[in-house]
Amino acid sequence: MNKQAIDSKPASPKPWYDPRVRSVFFQVVAIALVFWGGWTLIDNTLSNMESRGISTGFGFLDETAGFGIIMSMVPYDATMSYGRTFWVGLTNTLLVSAMGIVAATIIGFIIGVARLSSNWLVAKLALVYIEVIRNIPLLLQIFFWYFAVLSSLPSPRQSVDVAGAVFLNNRGLYVPEPLTQDGFGLVWAAIAVAIAAVTGLRIWAKKRQLATGDIFPTFRVGLAILIIVPALGYLAAGSPLTWDMPELKGFNFGGGITIIPELAALWFALSLYTASFIAEIVRSGILSVSKGQTEAAKALGLPSGLTLRLVVIPQAMRVIIPPLTSQYLNLAKNSSLATAIGYPDLVAVFMGTTLNQTGQAVEVVAITMAVYLTISLSISLVMNIYNRAVAIKER
Amino acid sequence: MNNTKSIAIGTAMLCGVLAAPFASAATTLEAVKDKGHLQCGVTSGLPGFSQPDDEGNWTGIDVDTCRAVAAAIFGDGQAVEFTPLTAKERFTALQSGEIDMLSRNTTWTLTRDASLGLNFAGVNYYDGQGFLINKNLGVNDATELSGATICIQAGTTTELNLNDYFRAKGMEYKPVVFDTSEQSLQGFVSGRCDVLTSDRSQLAALRSKLADPSSAKILPNTISKEPLGPVVRQGDDQWFNIVKWVLSVQINAEELGVTSKNVDEMLKSDNPSIKRLLGEDGDMGAKLGLQHDFGYEILKHVGNYGEMYERNVGPNTPVGLDRGVNALWTDGGVLYAPPVR
Repeated sequence: MNKQAIDSKPASPKPWYDPRVRSVFFQVVAIALVFWGGWTLIDNTLSNMESRGISTGFGFLDETAGFGIIMSMVPYDATMSYGRTFWVGLTNTLLVSAMGIVAATIIGFIIGVARLSSNWLVAKLALVYIEVIRNIPLLLQIFFWYFAVLSSLPSPRQSVDVAGAVFLNNRGLYVPEPLTQDGFGLVWAAIAVAIAAVTGLRIWAKKRQLATGDIFPTFRVGLAILIIVPALGYLAAGSPLTWDMPELKGFNFGGGITIIPELAALWFALSLYTASFIAEIVRSGILSVSKGQTEAAKALGLPSGLTLRLVVIPQAMRVIIPPLTSQYLNLAKNSSLATAIGYPDLVAVFMGTTLNQTGQAVEVVAITMAVYLTISLSISLVMNIYNRAVAIKER
Repeated sequence: MNNTKSIAIGTAMLCGVLAAPFASAATTLEAVKDKGHLQCGVTSGLPGFSQPDDEGNWTGIDVDTCRAVAAAIFGDGQAVEFTPLTAKERFTALQSGEIDMLSRNTTWTLTRDASLGLNFAGVNYYDGQGFLINKNLGVNDATELSGATICIQAGTTTELNLNDYFRAKGMEYKPVVFDTSEQSLQGFVSGRCDVLTSDRSQLAALRSKLADPSSAKILPNTISKEPLGPVVRQGDDQWFNIVKWVLSVQINAEELGVTSKNVDEMLKSDNPSIKRLLGEDGDMGAKLGLQHDFGYEILKHVGNYGEMYERNVGPNTPVGLDRGVNALWTDGGVLYAPPVR
């Protein structure tokens, strides 16, 4: 009857009693406080440094560095700028991280599978490896490889000589460097053709298997294509490759490619250490696939190799990938321990020598932290994309 | 409501923390007196310069430089606490106020003096960069070092001098850079490097640590000037003066023949220079903000420059360095302190 009473909404609350307004208000206040806090810190630091007569700004990046670096992936000499030392350090960090991630993954998967082996000796050896390596601090392992193992190598004049081409001594491993001559483009083209052919072959073989059920030996045929086609290209171009051989000159070997002991020690230590964690992750991944799955595959008549490849591993990967990502992140970050043995990574070169020669700690440390953050986030991003690809797809 | 209140209180506290650095600090001298000791940055172990002995007592010429400052302030050479620092850490430690002075065989250069917010308060050792090499390599001169692998300590002027020298001579080298001088020595011993380069005094000290010191030798070449001395923060002139004049008093005392052994008799000396030095005449101490007899205290507890040198790095110590250019100007060296007057 009382139409007015039905129409009227409850009286809207005063704005400061409105929960929505309140929550927006406090969020704005919180963000403002965070920004104000950050700004105060920066401003305070800058003005304090200025009042103490400490130089600030990024102008130092253009000044001449004037110090040598033992190993560089980008062209570098001491007449270049401090900015260049940043790139030298960064590429060295990326190199050892990438090498470490590849090696740690391979070793980790092998040890992880070995840990579950039905062979008692293999399983126990894997167990001992994991328990010993992951329970010793990484820094000690780096020192172990560097001082205990590599320094027991002979001096340059008594180098271990492999066929007069590869030399090993306490200054590093010297291998011949391939130098491409004119016409090597044909070989690259042949490699590209071979890769395209193998990709096509795989697609065709899969279609054929779906249609007829026949299995084509893709792996063997593909491998043959990958070897034969570039080899033909190489011969057709007239063998356009020469080798720069290392030879003893004065104090040490010159020519060829040098793998310095610092890189080797860091690489071994990072790979072996991280592999022990990856092995446990792999084990947990495989164990997470219920036994029923394997039994079902067996009942269907799948051989054990295919069972592992088609049934167990795809499901195990879903469990393995997320923790594997954090191991990769750890490896990349742990590579900064390089500074302890003199491997010229970002921390040793840029945050070490460059920081000291310029004295601009705040800028250098900020850049370095930003770099590690970027590297870590990039690894995370790639692994997340991969994770999405292998994650369970609800249909 | 309670929640909001605690947030507000928290925010207020946060602001307080952030604003705190604005508050102007007391002078370094007052801060040191309040603490009751001097905080001094030294090396993490370099014989002759700063190294803890087997009982944990620090000794060395850099350590004595700190003790002399403590003696001048407190009349007690033991009122010092030492912070061992690597070459990379040292300037940050001083800039941030973690230490009151740095006495860590640090080379005085224009860049360091002008752009780090620091002041060099004098020179307690005139050094130069040299090379330590294994005798069995048969090298007798640094010009034969082309292609050599060289161990260096990170964050030192050494890295720059080395490059300048090799570039000027048109020679190549491979640098292996370590964090501490201890590690660079280990690199040398393990055969990673042909040559170890550092200041000559350091090389002598490191050589004395070798299992067989006679297996290595220091090449005759000196490739740089390395005036080493104590460093203080910029912006506190009184403190800068104190550190500067403590060292000058020690050098003047050697020139005047005042030692830790005869300082009590010297109090009765008629020589006006000695009287001023020991605080018997004039009030030199007050001008620096110290006791009138600060000179007496320095000499009583630490001794003059010559004693400090002979005790730590002189020919009769394991480091075994001749006075060389570090002799007084009257003896053909370059030590020449401004007069206490």
